[in-house]
Amino acid sequence: MQIDQYDPGEFYDELFTAPGQPRPAAELLFERLNSIPVSDLIQRQQLAQNALFKLGVTFNVYSDNQGTERIFPFDVIPRVVDSSEWTKLSAGLKQRIAALNLFLDDIYNDQKIIKDKVIPESVILSASGFLKPCLGLKPPQGIWCHITGTDLVRDKDGQWYVLEDNLRCPSGVSYVLENRRVMKSTFPHLFRALDIAPVDDYASQLLEALLNLAPPSTVEPRVVVLTPGMYNSAYFEHSFLAQQMGAELVEGRDLVVSDGYLQMLTTKGLQRVDVIYRRIDDDFIDPQAFRKDSLLGVPGLMEVYREGRVAIANALGTGVADDKMVYAYVPDMIRYYLGEEQLLPNVPTYLCEDPQQRQHVLANLDSLVVKATDASGGYGMLVGTQSTAAEREDFAGRIQANPRGYIAQPTLCLSRAPTLIGDQFEGCHVDLRPYILYGQDIYVNPGGLTRVALKKGSLVVNSSQGGGSKDTWVVRV
Amino acid sequence: MLSRVADSIYWLNRYVERAENVARFVDVNLNLLLDSPVGTAQQWEPLIVTTGDLAGFRSRYGEATAENVLKFLPFDPQYPNSILSCLRLARENARSVREIIASEMWERVNNFYLMVEDAAKESSLSDLHRFYPEVKMESHLFAGVMDATMSHNEGWHFGQLGRLLERADKTARILDVKYYILLPSPGDVGSPLDDLQWIALLKSASAYEMYRKRQHRITPQGVTAFLILNREFPRAIQFCLCQAEQSLHQISGTSMGTWRTSSDRTLGRLRAELDFLTIEEIFAQGLHEFLDRLQRQLNQVGESVFADFVSLHLA
Repeated sequence: MQIDQYDPGEFYDELFTAPGQPRPAAELLFERLNSIPVSDLIQRQQLAQNALFKLGVTFNVYSDNQGTERIFPFDVIPRVVDSSEWTKLSAGLKQRIAALNLFLDDIYNDQKIIKDKVIPESVILSASGFLKPCLGLKPPQGIWCHITGTDLVRDKDGQWYVLEDNLRCPSGVSYVLENRRVMKSTFPHLFRALDIAPVDDYASQLLEALLNLAPPSTVEPRVVVLTPGMYNSAYFEHSFLAQQMGAELVEGRDLVVSDGYLQMLTTKGLQRVDVIYRRIDDDFIDPQAFRKDSLLGVPGLMEVYREGRVAIANALGTGVADDKMVYAYVPDMIRYYLGEEQLLPNVPTYLCEDPQQRQHVLANLDSLVVKATDASGGYGMLVGTQSTAAEREDFAGRIQANPRGYIAQPTLCLSRAPTLIGDQFEGCHVDLRPYILYGQDIYVNPGGLTRVALKKGSLVVNSSQGGGSKDTWVVRV
Repeated sequence: MLSRVADSIYWLNRYVERAENVARFVDVNLNLLLDSPVGTAQQWEPLIVTTGDLAGFRSRYGEATAENVLKFLPFDPQYPNSILSCLRLARENARSVREIIASEMWERVNNFYLMVEDAAKESSLSDLHRFYPEVKMESHLFAGVMDATMSHNEGWHFGQLGRLLERADKTARILDVKYYILLPSPGDVGSPLDDLQWIALLKSASAYEMYRKRQHRITPQGVTAFLILNREFPRAIQFCLCQAEQSLHQISGTSMGTWRTSSDRTLGRLRAELDFLTIEEIFAQGLHEFLDRLQRQLNQVGESVFADFVSLHLA
């Protein structure tokens, strides 16, 4: 099968408008793919996968005590985004991050948005990511969400929506960088012929954003990446980013609070740490302030953080905005803080807490997607259109028992992109996670991680649920 | 550098070296068996005795038959010093410092581990003769790759220290095997059979050819002096101590001949003692007793390194 026989079907296809009819930004890619025999393409796919495995671009599987590393399956056919479209997406993301950041600063300080009755207090207080110990916190430059990986999807008509914000410690950016590296050697001609926005400056931008947080008086600020350790599923990424930035990769046991500062244990004694890029969830970061049973964090860190003697990215407490009920209020936040209308819409969301909306949800379980407000990663959700009666009954019970714990959204018909499966091109559903950094300015890395649902017909793209990835090309036409 | 990272590089090298030396142990015995007169009983127990893990072996395997020992030493996943266990630990340590060491080093350890794991699955006695030289070669490859790809910085010196201390300890143990291997009768001391045993021992330390170049005749004193006191042969104990001391001083920043940390002092003192020791003095106190004490002193050096650089005591 050649790519010109690929049928996009009745979905919104990222590369084609009809069989053999590529979108303008994908024309050259189409010609090139069409000139390569599919057997050659399969071979390139295998070479690319091998290269990723050798580079160690792997994630760990939790249940396996042998520490098995797997690679995130990689598809050689890139997803192409027209640069004019990207400009719009990028503006929408910047607007959203600016508003969310103001929201976080407000909610942990003056709480004006509650006083002005834009968001009910109960929504905030009941959000699992809302951390009381963070009240009154003043992170450097007022920045809370330094690194965000926003999940975007596209519906049948091509409209983009924001699905999730991921303001705690989003992962996956190492795949963006490594996938691109592999793609350059897979299709060198195309990279010469096309104007593809480069993604490689991510690590430099990240380092700048982190250095921006160090107290101005520090001569050579020390930045560290804090990882839960080598058994974490994203350990490769932690070590990769530390290496790319030339930062020290530390675990909780390498750090102590001493003399009022955060210090790391070195062969030459204690050395001060100024900025932490943490890849540990809030709950685990300081057993004195949060979960007592955490062995991953540093006792006393919260106190040093409060005093402003160490900066943490992302700030603690940002998880409140990941709550799916708080998410529903983002359009209001944008209006309230920025006086603007939302550029990049939310997926319409029904709040099960509201009796009327709950009635609607319960009556339409077979057509909606129900999500637990405090879950992510494709866990704790019901895809109504693909569910059994028993599953729907189970969720109905859960919703009634804990209405605050659930929201529902219409089932979007996610866009698709041609994907090489066996020797066939199949349309698979995709989403997009761009990475946004908030340093001196807000920076959106051009591209992002395209995740693809490799299970036929599946709408779930998470790596833990059998998803794969594609390189994302922002192409100037 | 982070104490945890230094410790991991140190142990990564110790475990690789340990795996290599377990292979050398087994190899010496396999060599000896081939030369033993037909009808003499095979001696496998001395091997276990010198590892210091006899009790653990007995409780799980009972008798020291060839089959049991050749399962225990190379492939027993529950025995922490088996080749398989060493490689698993070496790989774990390498993985936890992957952003510090050269990626080539990680690749070597990973390959090494996979090779041993494969061998453990399908070990038949006939393959064993191929397996042990392969383990030695993989270990050399790792050391070579580390030498040629990693900056010779603090981390590298910690690695060297780990490798050399381990090697000194294991050369001492290889020598000790001879103490436990019994000759058929006291009259056989100095016989061709005795000679063959010393040759096998030299070979297992890859020392036979180098020894011959220096000292033609094989004598107990000659072999022992070579493996303990020689300063040029890289598996000789004194060579290891001298090199280890240089790396230690690079780490501690103290000049040679002086000391600041207790590691400087313990290692410097041991090295100085060997500097002025004669083989006659060693034999006078008994070779086995000497080696035993030496091993304890090496352990003390390891403990001092841990105390000085890894387990920081907070005031």
